[in-house]
Amino acid sequence: MNPLLPREAEVIGRDQESPTIFSLHLRFTDARVAAGWHFEPGQFNMLYMAGIGEVPISISSDPDDEERFSHTIRVVGRETRALARLQPGDRIGVRGPFGRGWPLERLEGRDVAVVTGGLGCAPTVALIDYLMHRRRRFGRVAIVQGVKHSEDLLWRERYDEWGRRPETRVLLAADVVRGKWPGIQGPVTALFDRLELDFGNTASVMCGPQPMMVAAAHGLMERGVVARRIWLSMERNMQCAVGLCGHCQFGSAFVCRDGPVFSWPELEPLIHQKGF
Amino acid sequence: MYWLAHQQMDRLTATLEDAGYRIVGPQVREGAIVYDLLADPADLPWGVEVEQGPGRVRLRESGVAACFQWANGPQGLKPLVFAPEEPLWRVERDGDGGLRFRATLPDCPPRAVIGVRPCDVAALRLQDRHFLGGGAAPEPHYASRRERLLLVVVECGHPASTCFCASTGDGPGLREGYDLRLTELEGGCVVAAGSAAGRRLVRTMGLPEVTAAQASARRALLARARAAQSRRLPEGLVEGALFRRLDHPHWQGPGDRCLACGNCTAVCPTCFCHRPQERPSLEGESERVRLWDSCFTPEHSYIAGRVLREAVHLRYRQWLTHKLDGWYRQYGRSGCVGCGRCIAWCPVGIDLTAETMAILGEAS
Repeated sequence: MNPLLPREAEVIGRDQESPTIFSLHLRFTDARVAAGWHFEPGQFNMLYMAGIGEVPISISSDPDDEERFSHTIRVVGRETRALARLQPGDRIGVRGPFGRGWPLERLEGRDVAVVTGGLGCAPTVALIDYLMHRRRRFGRVAIVQGVKHSEDLLWRERYDEWGRRPETRVLLAADVVRGKWPGIQGPVTALFDRLELDFGNTASVMCGPQPMMVAAAHGLMERGVVARRIWLSMERNMQCAVGLCGHCQFGSAFVCRDGPVFSWPELEPLIHQKGF
Repeated sequence: MYWLAHQQMDRLTATLEDAGYRIVGPQVREGAIVYDLLADPADLPWGVEVEQGPGRVRLRESGVAACFQWANGPQGLKPLVFAPEEPLWRVERDGDGGLRFRATLPDCPPRAVIGVRPCDVAALRLQDRHFLGGGAAPEPHYASRRERLLLVVVECGHPASTCFCASTGDGPGLREGYDLRLTELEGGCVVAAGSAAGRRLVRTMGLPEVTAAQASARRALLARARAAQSRRLPEGLVEGALFRRLDHPHWQGPGDRCLACGNCTAVCPTCFCHRPQERPSLEGESERVRLWDSCFTPEHSYIAGRVLREAVHLRYRQWLTHKLDGWYRQYGRSGCVGCGRCIAWCPVGIDLTAETMAILGEAS
């Protein structure tokens, strides 16, 4: 199979999550492709629109859903603006899934801290669904979500529902709070004293703006979480998705192929360096 | 080893043609030596030598009846296998809004390249590792261009002042990795075959064996070419050496002089960065093309509305740390083969050997 060649997929649903964020639900039009297609939470697809271009987007749907896969997208540029105009029935090209997702087996038997910021929640939603469907394989779960403005929070009902699960805490933080807000005002790290996890046996997965992830990793390590059990989903300029085009290199790693999920020790030598 | 007299060079080209190869060879064009389809061995750069220094390339008449008395031109094998512009696929829209994707693979006839330099063979091996061994599967466009490439290498008897292949271990001689290998002496070339295809060609040409004097003249030429190289990479340049010195104040220096033009990455035989381009037509079809790209552009490090490497010294540091350090972990060795093109073709003459020496604290 030529990894550079997209395959046709149909938009089978669309949700407007906020004024600038929307979700697309997709299915490959070739039934054989659809049947043989699987992804791991944390992986991404390249979404292509004819005449416009291609963009890497993480997969946010439940990995057990065999009927469709979903992407949650914020409008930031030319490609995402065009994706925002898609309606059910429209066709796009999809390549994927690509990259190394979350280290699912390394989370088993441990407490799990899911720390996300902004739209960072989208790539971890697939992971949280995975954890919830296999809840007994994991210890306590803390889901920590930070947003800039309190009204930016997506999927409030889902957070409410996860928070009702046994041994599962949901903690919310917003830099700017307006109206009724069940969380705190401040950074996600300000919530770390309320996690109620066994830090010596905790693994953490993180996604969001890099400074937020770096602060959160330090915050957890200060509390005793082992560096090699902290996993970050990195964002870089991914264009080919197969480790060839060179844009997403982080030191000697190709983020698209060797990541996007990396352990803290893999990132630590360069993550504080401007320009990498 | 065999002997091919200069006046019999057409026997080499005729044999290659009879074997079904299109011949690519070095020729003088617009003040530089370029590799292109070679119609006649008389079009080789006879009597031409090249003077190269930092930011300087000049062709001169050598006054000697020889055709390989120069080190290199701006390009080696890279454009022949990793095309500067490569159509990847086309997409058509059918009547009901469906999309039909069709891969466009290059249709490459067997090609024989005459005059390949040992540093460029080393670079080809590195590009092979990247495009054929780096991803999950060999990249099909590179693979189809690479598949039927026959290499007629010419060992380097006349290194330029910018050359330092002896210090990277990639020249001036070549032990393996060629089909045919020529070493140009007075009056002709010593020929060796390095593959089954090469041995067949040598048999067909019916060349005489070299004399002991010719064989020893070849060894002496390579020893002189090695000794003539004054540039080198630092001894301390091992894996991790540059990544450990990211905060060195010297990075700012080349960054201040660098014009971020991308010449170095364009002429570098191992640089592989490329970007896609969408080419929609008015008929509704669209073509997806990939183009060479450079880590010296601000767009190279673009993510979600911002540029990671706005400052030019950060781009220079990205290029050099990748080339001379990151490659070790990626492909088992440094990404520099000592061809010196980035020094010669840099408009402000930035010399990566001197910059690396300064950062590693060695005297050049």
